[in-house]
Amino acid sequence: MRSAALQRAALTLAGAVVAVLLAFVVSSAAIVIAGGSPVTALQAMFDFGETTVAVVNAVTQMLNRATPLFIAGLAVAIGFRMNLFNIGVEGQYRIAAIVAAFVGGQLALPAPIHLTVIILVAMVTGGLYALVPAMLKVYRGVNEVISTIMLNFIALSMAAYLVRGPFAGGQEEGLTTSTPPLPPSGQFPNANFLFQMFGLPAPRGTGLWGFLLVAVLVGVVIWVLLERTRFGFEIRASGLNGPAALASGVNPRQMVISAMVLSGAVAGLIGLPEILGRTYSYGTGFTPQLGFLGIAVALLGRNKPLGIALAALLFAFLDRAATPLQFADIPPSVVSIIQGAIVLMVVIAGEVTRRIALRQEERRAAAGAAAPAPAGVNA
Amino acid sequence: MLRKRFGRLAVTTLAGAMLMAVTACGGGGDTGATSASPGASDAGAGSGLKVGLAFDVGGRGDKSFNDSAYAGLERAKTELGADIRELSPAGDGSNRGAMLQQLADAGYNPIIAVGFAYEPELKTVAAEYPDVQFAIVDAGSVGPNVTGLTFAEQQGSYLAGVAAAAKTKTNHIGFVGGPESKLIQKFEAGYVAGAKATKPDIKIDISYLGADGDFAAFKAPDKGKIAAEKMYQAGADIVYHASGDSGQGVFQAAAAAGADKWAIGVDSDQAQTVKEPELQKIILTSMLKRVDNGVFEFIKANKGGAKGGQTVAYDLKVDGVGLSTTGDHLSDVQAQIDEAKQKIISGEITVPETP
Repeated sequence: MRSAALQRAALTLAGAVVAVLLAFVVSSAAIVIAGGSPVTALQAMFDFGETTVAVVNAVTQMLNRATPLFIAGLAVAIGFRMNLFNIGVEGQYRIAAIVAAFVGGQLALPAPIHLTVIILVAMVTGGLYALVPAMLKVYRGVNEVISTIMLNFIALSMAAYLVRGPFAGGQEEGLTTSTPPLPPSGQFPNANFLFQMFGLPAPRGTGLWGFLLVAVLVGVVIWVLLERTRFGFEIRASGLNGPAALASGVNPRQMVISAMVLSGAVAGLIGLPEILGRTYSYGTGFTPQLGFLGIAVALLGRNKPLGIALAALLFAFLDRAATPLQFADIPPSVVSIIQGAIVLMVVIAGEVTRRIALRQEERRAAAGAAAPAPAGVNA
Repeated sequence: MLRKRFGRLAVTTLAGAMLMAVTACGGGGDTGATSASPGASDAGAGSGLKVGLAFDVGGRGDKSFNDSAYAGLERAKTELGADIRELSPAGDGSNRGAMLQQLADAGYNPIIAVGFAYEPELKTVAAEYPDVQFAIVDAGSVGPNVTGLTFAEQQGSYLAGVAAAAKTKTNHIGFVGGPESKLIQKFEAGYVAGAKATKPDIKIDISYLGADGDFAAFKAPDKGKIAAEKMYQAGADIVYHASGDSGQGVFQAAAAAGADKWAIGVDSDQAQTVKEPELQKIILTSMLKRVDNGVFEFIKANKGGAKGGQTVAYDLKVDGVGLSTTGDHLSDVQAQIDEAKQKIISGEITVPETP
């Protein structure tokens, strides 16, 4: 039994590695067509700089990018686990980010309470915004794909209106607009000590965002919730086989609502690493599209927190490479091609490994049926 | 069964999203191919002047704003012997600050940030690199080592409004903006003021392609085309765009709308920067925003040892903005335009900056 699980894990891992390699082959073809050299491109991608400070900066940039991607992947995955396609993560995190930034800018509290309030406001806002499509689905049978896409448009326009209207604050003379700045107590301390612990210099600028630690915590909590609790089991059961779950006493309506709201609440956190760690307000330059990238990250990570973390790191690594690639005279759109190719290959590899695993299982079952002895350990 | 269908749905949606991402980067694809020419090796051999430039989302190849900035950079290369390096940000603009840092770390000085969206990031980065000189296009100075380069878009757009109102036969014109930001509203405000001053009863359709902060609206020719098509169908015969790369769609709509339909370009002389001859023909004029001059003059002054800290305003007086005359479509109304120009320069007309 143990060996079957091990084999499946090895198969999955092998599939992922083959997928990444294949993606690089496809991308190399694209680079050659664009007139570049794949070898130079690969060198550029792994070029983190010459000095220690440059390397620390590059790693920081990568981790700061991975943090929101990881949270976005988690948010999407919660819905995915019960076959809920929450495309609305994009809108949920935008609306949550602006409300949280505004509320945070209005308060003056001791730092730990201030930060907790901001985080809670973001989660509640995101959760409430996800409640709308959940209710529509449960009580009116509206497909959540359609309702969440529509709600994304509303959230986007609403955020654009709020930041220029009721929630506007700060400098009015410039062309950019933003919510009132967060006071120092609402700014998340950086995590530069992680570098200094190893005797490395601190990165430049706003440093390594401390929200990274919150993200890791959220990842662990989600893992426990999904894999080790009754609630998580019911979510997975509803996703795997709705009728069977219903027959065994799971209330599907309740599951849809709680999974969707949980997904939205986690989505509410996506914008916070940036707001609490760098910009200290929601403004014109707020990073968009993270919700959509979260879909790719979740798919790539197989909807499992650890896989999502790896996928987020891979995407962040590729995103960071966009600048060194330009220094090497290779178009940065190569990065988008690689990302797209990897996701596509992983999806294909996932399907192929699933079929191989299924066939092996069948063979094993057949062998087990033929011989009365327990299935071979070395199968 | 359900699971399978769900998986398929997931893959299809994702594939769609990826496709969109790839098309969004389509314009950026030209970057590498064309920028392969500047050799990094002539850094020592040249003047020792290493100029870095960071585009905004939309990037190279928009045949408008960003390309105008690049023209200034190229001029610095040929006339001042500068070693140049230009970078485009990620599609979501999340690495704006990091790009400026990387340019500074690589020894580029001065560094030019193209677009007002760099303002908050530049404030931090400029403070981290006090020995490097920066410039920002479309925003004021944000530090002692930052030069602001601002343009009086509303004045140039006023002239575009005068030209459109004088040339229209249907008494109906249009305006297509990118994101509805304060910057693009300056274009709208000037255009509307100029048109109304020329023909008080003129009908003006106004459409924006995205909300404030939605920089993708600068890179959506499909949306630009739909917006302009609507205006031409409603009877407008001249449409002015201030939407970067999306303007390509406006030109296509004008060309498809039939005879006597015109479009007005923006930032660059688009009758020259647009490649397709059938699109060149329908460009009545372009509102020039001489970002190229601003960039070049900044590099030149910097080479001469000038330091930042102030904001240079490019307006009609110094020909920082104006109308192009390629195609010679405006000769019959030139007197009217010149009169408006003189009145703006003398201060008789103050052009509004907000609609």
